[in-house]
Amino acid sequence: MTENEKTALILLGCPQVPVQTSMALYLVHGLKEHGIRPVIAGTVAARKLMEVADPDRYYVSEMTDLDAAIDEITGKERDFDLCFVFIHNDSGIAYAGTMAYISKARLYALLFGEHAQDLAGEIEFPCEVVAAKAVHNPMPLKRRLDEVMQWAVSKR
Amino acid sequence: MGCLEAMKPEIILSQTTFKEAREYIKKNIREYHEVEPGYKIHDVHIIGVPPLYVGIEGEDLIFPYTKPCHGTFVVKVAGDEEIARLRAKKK
Repeated sequence: MTENEKTALILLGCPQVPVQTSMALYLVHGLKEHGIRPVIAGTVAARKLMEVADPDRYYVSEMTDLDAAIDEITGKERDFDLCFVFIHNDSGIAYAGTMAYISKARLYALLFGEHAQDLAGEIEFPCEVVAAKAVHNPMPLKRRLDEVMQWAVSKR
Repeated sequence: MGCLEAMKPEIILSQTTFKEAREYIKKNIREYHEVEPGYKIHDVHIIGVPPLYVGIEGEDLIFPYTKPCHGTFVVKVAGDEEIARLRAKKK
């Protein structure tokens, strides 16, 4: 890691909605293409899905536990330039709200699943909301993310 | 996910939302203190959108515990030294 290298934290929740892993890999790819170093934090299952999908670690580099990531940020040991939180349930909103409070990163809430729009209405903290009703087919969320990624990179 | 299981928590509410957990503590626990997101009790982070409350009931702490897959739980555990630390927090 170089001193001036930009970094992004990608927070993965429960992987029960299929599009999460696919979209996380796609996001990691996009960030790397733009010279931003991605760090993935997630549940054990979410991380295992990433590991198995990318056995040669072509896309995935650093991965960490959710609690360990929060520990480092609250302990002022580390922070990120960008933070993307994958959200498909109330816990996802809770984690994104926590990141909005503890981190200086520009925050992106990526909402998906059956209730993406309802969940988006629950967000009461500063962040960029990227929401699409995507459960099995990632394309609606991919299209929304593509729009925002241009913006994210130009603002960094 | 921290060491909550090792603390043998009493589950007061299960698989609820962080907002409902907040309301439960505010309405049902006489002494409660506001903490910031990420505040650590024993080895567990309090997760959610402010305001977040931690209650004190006798020698026990009552607080919201969020699991990524199962929502938020309201749990009761022995407070030990955490009670004094919580009471000493700047209001």
